[in-house]
Amino acid sequence: MPITPDQIVLWHWGFVQLNATIVFTWIVMLLLTLGSWLITRRLNSSDEPRSRWQSGLEAGVELIRSQIREICPAGSDTYLPFAGTLFLFIAVANVLDIVPGWHPPTGSLSTTAALAISVGVAVPTFGVLRQGWKRYLEHYLRPSWIILPFHLMSETTRNLALAVRLFGNIMSGSMIAGILLAIAPLFVPVLMQALGLLIGLIQAYIFAVLAMVYISAAVQREQEGAQ
Amino acid sequence: MDNVSVIAIVSIAAAAVCMAIGSVGPAISEGRAVAQALGSIAQQPDEAATISRTLFIGLAMIESIAIYCFVISIILIFANPFWNHMVAVKPGG
Repeated sequence: MPITPDQIVLWHWGFVQLNATIVFTWIVMLLLTLGSWLITRRLNSSDEPRSRWQSGLEAGVELIRSQIREICPAGSDTYLPFAGTLFLFIAVANVLDIVPGWHPPTGSLSTTAALAISVGVAVPTFGVLRQGWKRYLEHYLRPSWIILPFHLMSETTRNLALAVRLFGNIMSGSMIAGILLAIAPLFVPVLMQALGLLIGLIQAYIFAVLAMVYISAAVQREQEGAQ
Repeated sequence: MDNVSVIAIVSIAAAAVCMAIGSVGPAISEGRAVAQALGSIAQQPDEAATISRTLFIGLAMIESIAIYCFVISIILIFANPFWNHMVAVKPGG
């Protein structure tokens, strides 16, 4: 039985295969960009009446921004695009699971690894942009140079944990629903689907918050140095 | 007992034992974390939002250990490379 959408091949021409992960990722991308474009086509400022879609979008953006501000007070606008996109992509991909026939692309280790790699690249990038190369590389040696291998290993394993956590949670959700359909068809799969939705949203939040925590840890050294 | 049977038996047993033992630690730790969080909320009700948020983040990190065990069990049952190799070499097992 297919445990990840990678194994569901929808189309192939020659040696190129189009599997379900890619197609559902495209659908999520299409929904997010099309929805945002439609809502922000005519933005009204605060003294003109706004459409409810614009108000809803503003509420969502302000919610994400306030969460980022609690983790990293100085960077709520700088890191909003990155963390907000992570949260929105994962949340939409997981919540659409209630639509019949949807296979969440985050249930594939490829997608979650790609997201974790982008976090793993973004954290040093933001750190270097904020503090410069020398300061940022020095912080690896900071308490003592002996800590260096442990520091590198902890950076690697926390990105790996990001990928496997999201993959495991979403894959197990869709698999449990499938198995329970064979065992206890009427009500139990509905409960598991509801639990899967809750877990999907929580995991999206956790992913974005952890990315923000790592970024804020990487850009924060200069306050310590200034004291 | 030939190789195919040994691989099947050990994979199934390992999957069950992995999940059984691997869920004990995270369950106990999550219980303790929630108990501590409830005590903190009782002591400082104003900070309930921050405490709840930190609690959920901590629970997700603890849960990921159990998820690692679950992923290993699922791989052993559904995507077992040793079993697939054996079935490919000797189809019909």
